Amino acid sequence: MALSASQLSVGDSYSEQIVDDLTRTQIVQYAGASGDYNPVHTDEKFVTEVAGYPTVFAHGMLTMGMTGRMVTNYVGDGRLTYYGVRFTSQVWPGDTLTAKAEVADIRDEDGQKLVDLTITTTNQDDRPVLTGQATARLDD
Amino acid sequence: MAVERFPVEASHILMFARSIGDTNPIYSDPEYAAGTEVGSIIAPPTFAQSSAQFDPDYFLRPKPDKKWFGSGRTASGTLVRDLSEADGDDVTDEREDDKQSGAAAGGLHAEQHFTYHRHLKPGDVLHTVTYDGERWEKQSKRAGILKFSEAVTEYRDEDDELVITAKGVGVVTEKVIDN
Repeated sequence: MALSASQLSVGDSYSEQIVDDLTRTQIVQYAGASGDYNPVHTDEKFVTEVAGYPTVFAHGMLTMGMTGRMVTNYVGDGRLTYYGVRFTSQVWPGDTLTAKAEVADIRDEDGQKLVDLTITTTNQDDRPVLTGQATARLDD
Repeated sequence: MAVERFPVEASHILMFARSIGDTNPIYSDPEYAAGTEVGSIIAPPTFAQSSAQFDPDYFLRPKPDKKWFGSGRTASGTLVRDLSEADGDDVTDEREDDKQSGAAAGGLHAEQHFTYHRHLKPGDVLHTVTYDGERWEKQSKRAGILKFSEAVTEYRDEDDELVITAKGVGVVTEKVIDN
């Protein structure tokens, strides 16, 4: 399942649609699992009348979690050494997101082959909602 | 907001994986996992964030003995000011006793980074050490002045070995983001 350095090139990429028509229920499901019950994610009345947003929006960490699924499907389980992101735009119910990883570098650190990936998750309007990097261990 | 005891449990990993739509059996099937390179169930890469479940004072979880800032009989259980003036960062300002810095602390989550020294598995019992990182400000067209603050959390196991280093950046916006 893991990637091999010998079969990988800078510029190679992999992408997955990570959610189609995000539901409010999935946002609530993430709140329950993660423990983050911030009402901006779960409470329509609070978020519209007090916080001033048009509706609830997803936890950034839900987008990072769903994007992480694409990354681990690509690099293999237990292979990540680093995964970091910036949240660049909010994610709303009804959004459809596509996450893409592109090989930025293949390198050697203390005899271990590593791949650096550039990660971008975009919504249905091609707007980036998350950008980031990941590093994973490769087979030789 | 250090967490003294974060037991990593298989049922929690299953629930967490479901919530991010990940059906990979490495997160739920011990027999499958035993035959893989990692050799056991592991947790998804962002699972450490759910240590919030084990922080007794975590301010984004309602508690029976405390007013909650989400809606009940009214749109907010704690905000009393004229709602027409309210905007996103008032939520922070009103909760004087719950102020903290870093990821998602009253405001929005701007960045999150994880460095993995090894991967979490059921049976791990972790504790966390959190310290403040940098603070900075930036002007933005969509949300006014942005105030960023960084918090670094070390997840350590029972031998005090570092398992994951997490860095969260929170941002408080001057006004609601113009979408």
